[in-house]
Amino acid sequence: MADLWMQFLLTLDATLRVATPLILCAMAGLFSERSGIIDISLEGKMLMAAFAAGTLAALTGSAIAGLAGAILVSVMFSLIHGFACITHKGNQVISGLAINILASGLTVTLGIAIFAKGGQTPMLSREARFSSIELPFAEAAGAIPVIGPIYKEIISGHNILVWCALIAVWITSFIIFKTAFGLRLRAVGEKPEAVDTAGISVSGLRYRAVIIAGILCGIAGAYLSVAHGAGFGREMTAGKGYIALAALIFGNWRPVPALAACLMFGFLDAVAARLQGVEVPVIGQIPTDLILVLPYVLTVILLAGFIGKATPPHAIGRPYVKER
Amino acid sequence: MKFVKTLAIAAVSAVGFATMVQAADIKPAVIYDMGGKFDKSFNEGVYNGVKKFTDETGIDVMEFEVTNETQREQAMRRMAERGATVILGVGFAQADAISKVAAEYPDKQFSIIDVSWLDAPNLRQYSFKEHEGSYLVGVAAALASETGKVGFVGGMDIPLIRKFACGYVGGVKAANGNADVYQNMTGTTPSAWNDPGKGAELAKSQIDRGADVVYHAAGGTGLGVIQAAADAGKLAIGVDSNQNGLAPGSVLTSMLKRVDVAAYETFKDAMEGKFTSGLQALGIAEGGVDWALDENNASLITADIKAAVEKARKDILSGAVTVHNYESTSSCPY
Repeated sequence: MADLWMQFLLTLDATLRVATPLILCAMAGLFSERSGIIDISLEGKMLMAAFAAGTLAALTGSAIAGLAGAILVSVMFSLIHGFACITHKGNQVISGLAINILASGLTVTLGIAIFAKGGQTPMLSREARFSSIELPFAEAAGAIPVIGPIYKEIISGHNILVWCALIAVWITSFIIFKTAFGLRLRAVGEKPEAVDTAGISVSGLRYRAVIIAGILCGIAGAYLSVAHGAGFGREMTAGKGYIALAALIFGNWRPVPALAACLMFGFLDAVAARLQGVEVPVIGQIPTDLILVLPYVLTVILLAGFIGKATPPHAIGRPYVKER
Repeated sequence: MKFVKTLAIAAVSAVGFATMVQAADIKPAVIYDMGGKFDKSFNEGVYNGVKKFTDETGIDVMEFEVTNETQREQAMRRMAERGATVILGVGFAQADAISKVAAEYPDKQFSIIDVSWLDAPNLRQYSFKEHEGSYLVGVAAALASETGKVGFVGGMDIPLIRKFACGYVGGVKAANGNADVYQNMTGTTPSAWNDPGKGAELAKSQIDRGADVVYHAAGGTGLGVIQAAADAGKLAIGVDSNQNGLAPGSVLTSMLKRVDVAAYETFKDAMEGKFTSGLQALGIAEGGVDWALDENNASLITADIKAAVEKARKDILSGAVTVHNYESTSSCPY
């Protein structure tokens, strides 16, 4: 029983690790989409950021430099997206898709040009990564039965970017619902005409939203290559940007429900890793394919049955044209 | 004067040309796959074989690095059109392309690594007895483990990777009948070869359950496995090339797949007119698979481990031990 409890806690621990990039990306998407800009380029921005972080950390030996570079590159790509969608009123889905394709090709091409390792960056040493932070008394607390391990395994031992992700949810929630900027941001995603009539620049607000999205995607990318992982590999985001987008829709474009959705995806992933090849009582051994498909099947079931209608921001996807 | 000079140049180049043709009746070409020729793994192994051939014979090899899936067939056909006489394809992903192009150019020679199911009169196929090499590292893993629990992380769930897993389990159980082996596959699509984050999570989940040695056969995903093992202070086992140096002190050994031998042999045989079609299966006896010992893992390999692995090696060579090949029955008896 104690063993089972321990396994459960370790699974929750893994959940947090896996969910971190999803949470950051979902918050990024939230800012962008709440302002009316569809952001399927989360995936591409995260990939570019992961590459920038891996490259800079490898060249300078500093994880902070990697993170800074990741944020910079990701914001640059956000601005490209913004330039196409806000200034030139282009199709937001196509612009996002273009960024994803560009990122997928550019990272590999630059990677081969810089390191000649087939698009990978060199494996980073421990110093060039964000290491786990052991909280005080973790070892001592671990000895306390039942509750002790919760502190030791789940709360302690994460790197700083995991904490960043959790704090990002709180900050996002605060900004969106408690500040004047947040109110305007929501308004510009619902009815940009009203914001414009009030004398506030629609473009200005939307640009600010995509820049914030860029920063958050940058942190997510850096997490993949210099915190959770130790170097960039081609296509290493592996669809996480899209899953974050799904979590955002799941959470009805609100921060805390989106966080819950991200944690659920992370939990299913962590469970899937642990169930493979294990004899489950009564059922026996579950085939690999079934385990791997589990998160997606549950997504469909949950979306169909448990979550009500997802209502997107009203003006999402529509470029704002002042006069018709 | 100018005329004489031109004549001289013409004469020199004619001589040069003649000797070149003499030395190089063959014009070899190689198509590297997605990882690129410096991937520290599979493709780089082939590159080493190609380089050895060029160094020894002075014959240049035409090269192409595939960067997306549609290029394989085009590149192969272009090589054939540019006069290549023997073309080497790298990896099972090129199987379809090579079987098509080989049929179009019946007078040229083709060779492919990691494929065994094609049939063409001008095509040589190399397969490796990965189960034998995996058995050796399995023995090493079982003896190096203190918990009696070891792990395996595969890339894409295909019979080839099950073959690695099965040989490994065989080796582990032979050295320690009570050992537990945790197995995970990363996915069922080609993206499973390039997901180091998932690889690290799978390795961590096995380490959480008590595993202290984790073997990977997962390409780029495996780098995550090695990193997770190193982070946790446990041991990893590398694959394909010698990966001992990726995290010195944390990689117990590597299962070597000598694709360089296949590349070198293909061109050498073509040069000497000994090129044959059909299937070549390279195991321990043929020098096709082995385990890696170097200064990076010298401190990890105790005398006991070394003796046990060398014994297993001899037993396989002598036939006293036959390692089961998963691909022959689609099941694993261990």
